[in-house]
Amino acid sequence: MSLNIIVLAKQVPDTRNVGKDAMKEDGTINRAVLPAIFNPEDLNALEQALRLKDANPGSTVTLLTMGLPRAAEIIREAIYRGADTGIVLTDRVLGGADTLATSYSLAQAVKKIGNYDIILGGRQAIDGDTAQVGPQIAEKLGLPQVTYAEEILDLSNGHVTVKRRLEHGIETVKAPLPCVVTVNGSAAECRPRNAKRLMKYKYAVSPSETAKLTDEQKAFVEARPYLQLKEWGAAFVEADPQQIGMPGSPTKVKNVENVVFTAKESLRLDNNDEQIENLIKELITNHTIG
Amino acid sequence: MANFYTDNPDLKHHLSHPLMEKIVALKERNYTQAEEFDYAPLNFEDAMDNYDKVLEVVGEICGTTIAENAESVDHQGPRVENNRVIYADGTQQNLDACRKAGLMGMSMPRRYGGLNFPITPYIMAADIVSRADTGFENLWGLQDCAETLYEFGNDDQRERYIPRVCAGETMSMDLTEPDAGSDLQSVMLRATEQPDGTWLLNGVKRFITNGDSDIHLVLARSEDGTKDGRGLSMFIYDKRNGGVDVRRIENKMGIKGSPTCELTYKNAKAELCGSRRMGLIKYVMALMNGARLGIAAQSVGVSEIAYREALAYARERRQFGKAIIEFPAVSEMLSVMKAKLDASRTLLYECARFVDMYKVYEDIARERSLNPEERAEMKYYSKLADALTPLAKGLSSEYCNQNAYDSIQIHGGSGFMKDYACERVYRDARITSIYEGTTQLQVVAAIRHVTTGTYNTLIDSYAAREIKPEFKSVKERLEKMTRMYTTAVAKVGETNDQAYTDFMARRLVEMAGDIVMSYLLLDDANRNDSFTASLNVYVNLAESEICKHADFIAKVTPADMAFYQKA
Repeated sequence: MSLNIIVLAKQVPDTRNVGKDAMKEDGTINRAVLPAIFNPEDLNALEQALRLKDANPGSTVTLLTMGLPRAAEIIREAIYRGADTGIVLTDRVLGGADTLATSYSLAQAVKKIGNYDIILGGRQAIDGDTAQVGPQIAEKLGLPQVTYAEEILDLSNGHVTVKRRLEHGIETVKAPLPCVVTVNGSAAECRPRNAKRLMKYKYAVSPSETAKLTDEQKAFVEARPYLQLKEWGAAFVEADPQQIGMPGSPTKVKNVENVVFTAKESLRLDNNDEQIENLIKELITNHTIG
Repeated sequence: MANFYTDNPDLKHHLSHPLMEKIVALKERNYTQAEEFDYAPLNFEDAMDNYDKVLEVVGEICGTTIAENAESVDHQGPRVENNRVIYADGTQQNLDACRKAGLMGMSMPRRYGGLNFPITPYIMAADIVSRADTGFENLWGLQDCAETLYEFGNDDQRERYIPRVCAGETMSMDLTEPDAGSDLQSVMLRATEQPDGTWLLNGVKRFITNGDSDIHLVLARSEDGTKDGRGLSMFIYDKRNGGVDVRRIENKMGIKGSPTCELTYKNAKAELCGSRRMGLIKYVMALMNGARLGIAAQSVGVSEIAYREALAYARERRQFGKAIIEFPAVSEMLSVMKAKLDASRTLLYECARFVDMYKVYEDIARERSLNPEERAEMKYYSKLADALTPLAKGLSSEYCNQNAYDSIQIHGGSGFMKDYACERVYRDARITSIYEGTTQLQVVAAIRHVTTGTYNTLIDSYAAREIKPEFKSVKERLEKMTRMYTTAVAKVGETNDQAYTDFMARRLVEMAGDIVMSYLLLDDANRNDSFTASLNVYVNLAESEICKHADFIAKVTPADMAFYQKA
């Protein structure tokens, strides 16, 4: 049975490699110094999708991401690992969205793709850690949802059987298709990029990227449909302007404060980069931050 | 996330050598494959970008999966169940990652599913894999048996077997037997021809790396009653046909993840590869040359990890109120380790480029006849590759052992414990100067290029190159070292005494190697400032070694050899 699989993914700042410049003075994330990466749990979701594709020849895996035009980078990344194609949902009016507006926008894009069998995504993104977008999409599309998935054990007869990793144990559940599955970081790691796919698709570009190419390069891409990534705007997915971006986001960040931990043990550091770097690494290692 | 390619700018330096432009244009037949294969490069820059990107994938898998598994693989190792090898869990994961990344059959032509990479970037991948897990490099690196199958198999065999290798099936070369180690002429495994043209193999092989592989190249005696190498042929054994069992695997000192098997052949069905009687004298020699380059790469990877582990420890470990790297005794060791690493790596890639040059012409010759100019170039590089391969294998394997020793020394007592990687590296290093021909046998292969002057020709061509003024004094020292070498070669030659030449062979070969590597480092420093320290450190070392050998050769006469024969 061939499946239409959608993988939801997000390009995020790499908060695992936080240095001393990670936060700006106003308390917001300094995206300029943090490399943009494929959200780690979305890679776990991609692996589950690719396994379904392996087991069901003829299936297609479509990556859907909302973000800046540069998010085309993670579509290429997904294609190198085995995804078939991808769509960047990008539009100025989509900016500033909270999880409600984001899930609405993505749900509209999913509807536009249509005819899907299963939607997979990471449990949560490392920049927001809300774990809300996947479940909200399921609600908006009226689909069953399975969260904290660690492994898709079976997909047959219109049902999917999923192993869930919960705080106090493992639960195996069965859900009818189509449904939304959000995948935990404890699931299998994503397979590596494939050499041949990397060489074949390295020139794949979205329309915004195509605009920056030379005429010769444009002609090259035009002659090869497999190099053309899709880019959709809010109007194309028929999104209600009141439900997207800032207007659609009831969550307003009023203030951001640095958390001040109460001192239990004290540690004296000299005022130099090396010692501060080491401290930050230590705090990340023991999960105080990050 | 660690990436063993991007964290090491020296690799890109070697990859971007000026000769690559010619190698790649020939390998890609002037970039004519892009119409047929969507992953073929459009031009030189595109091809180099492909190598760079694929090596980045290699570096990522090595820096994460393979390096992280190295310790558990060393502890768990493979085992035999029902005459079949079961890899350590980590080894299996490593293989899966390499297969999914499409890193098998890297140098094979695209029509068989390969990546059509030149040898140089392929060898670079081997260098990187070995740094992550030296034993795993054996399993992964045995894909170069496909090169031999491609060169000597017929079209039908190529079409049946090479795509399987590119898809991730593993290979082995079944050569050694209990009574045929360095002396492969004594191989006894019996091959009997059947009426249908297939062959049956019967007998025993020993010390076979990855002996339970999917596709074996087997050296066997096809000519009944013969006793030497001329009675041996090469066969392909497909595991799917059955008949070869793994009796046991060796309990080794190092590269423990790589299963070293004893195999029994009971009427194992096989097919002849190439012509009868050419097994040892032509095919296995080609196979071994490829494998020796692989071991040279493996050795360089060992030197790299040994150096990095030592450097990291020396920066972190504090004694007497400061990091131990601040003590000259330690920093000198580290500098010498780095110089040996850089010297063996630059020789490795010089050799790889020479192999690329002649092999690509050989391959073009399968499609059309070469013009006289091309034929001359093929011959020129073939000879240089033949001269540099034993040098690279012999010297880099010795250097990696020295670096592994020094790495433990820098770790002090901690290095003697199993807590640090240097202990595993020390054990893994040890085999490199033994298998695929011991260092002593590499000397045997190299000495004829001392006596016939191949190394002198090469050294002269290096000496003719323009250099920046700041390296003038270094070059003068190299010229002096060359004169000392030439004098020593002449002195040994004048005796007309074969035993004396054999006695002095190692010294002469080392002198040639020291000079070649010094010139190559001069070239590196000339292109890239970051090699200047290694150049100076290495030339100091090489010069003192050459003086030592020259002195020994000048003083020790053929008559003195009697003192060395009593042991």
